[in-house]
Amino acid sequence: MMPDLGKYETVILSSYGASLLLIALLILASWIRARRVQRELSRMEEHRRHAKRPSGPPDAGAGAKEDS
Amino acid sequence: MSIWEYANPKKFMETTARLMPWLVALTAVTLIPGLVWGYFFSPEAENFGTSVKIIYLHVPSAFIAINAWIMMLVASLIWLVRRHHVSVLAAKAAAPIGLTMTLIALITGAIWGQPMWGTWWAWDPRLTSFLVLFIFYLGYMALWEAIENPDTAADLTSILCIVGSVFALLSRYATLFWPQGLHQDASLSLDKAEHVADVYHRPLVLSIIGFVLLFITLVLYRTRTEVRARRLKALQARERMA
Repeated sequence: MMPDLGKYETVILSSYGASLLLIALLILASWIRARRVQRELSRMEEHRRHAKRPSGPPDAGAGAKEDS
Repeated sequence: MSIWEYANPKKFMETTARLMPWLVALTAVTLIPGLVWGYFFSPEAENFGTSVKIIYLHVPSAFIAINAWIMMLVASLIWLVRRHHVSVLAAKAAAPIGLTMTLIALITGAIWGQPMWGTWWAWDPRLTSFLVLFIFYLGYMALWEAIENPDTAADLTSILCIVGSVFALLSRYATLFWPQGLHQDASLSLDKAEHVADVYHRPLVLSIIGFVLLFITLVLYRTRTEVRARRLKALQARERMA
């Protein structure tokens, strides 16, 4: 299965190794940054939604308990 | 329907979310077989022996290195003329991919050059213009990081991109302008007599298609991140002002 690379074995293996490593690092870096940004954005949007929500009675459930 | 609809970040995010799984699958079914075909099943070349197997990485990465900059140029011009944020964010997203591809082309070229030319490096027109292109990629990315205001950063990086285009084109056509260098002519040509034999040509074309699809997939993926990062910055600025 493995091809006989002869005297160029080191040349070919190091080229493929370096290239595939760089591509893998690029994909990994893109994925890590995407996850970080998405997580921070979700947190910020969640925070804004809470801040915007109109303020009602502090705890409606507690009030209902007291009435009964 | 017009292409400018995709300048709307919401439309861009919706469309690319649907496209991404297809692009990932297409990239995998072209890039992996292209490289496996080239590495395992392509024969030795008469002049270069088994070292010919490097072309399945070297040629596609060099192709992307040059064309990524051309894509960034088009996106930057769209930003300068029409002020569409998604276009300049796509240019910003493409730069690290172009940088990586330029580095791969330089490294594989140097590794191959050592046994073939007897040197890792020569101040050959194509090699030198590629090195300058690599420096332009670094400069472009550094400029984005150095400027706080995103619109000012977009303007200045777009201008840098226009200047750098000279070197991107020079990298492509250097062997025509200065034929005295070590680097041979293009491996692929529309003229059948000029390009590599079919037995190398077919896996090479498949590898190039794989690299192009990898580039498109990564640019869209990274642009989606940049669109989100821009919204995050805007929300953080609003929060600070409130």
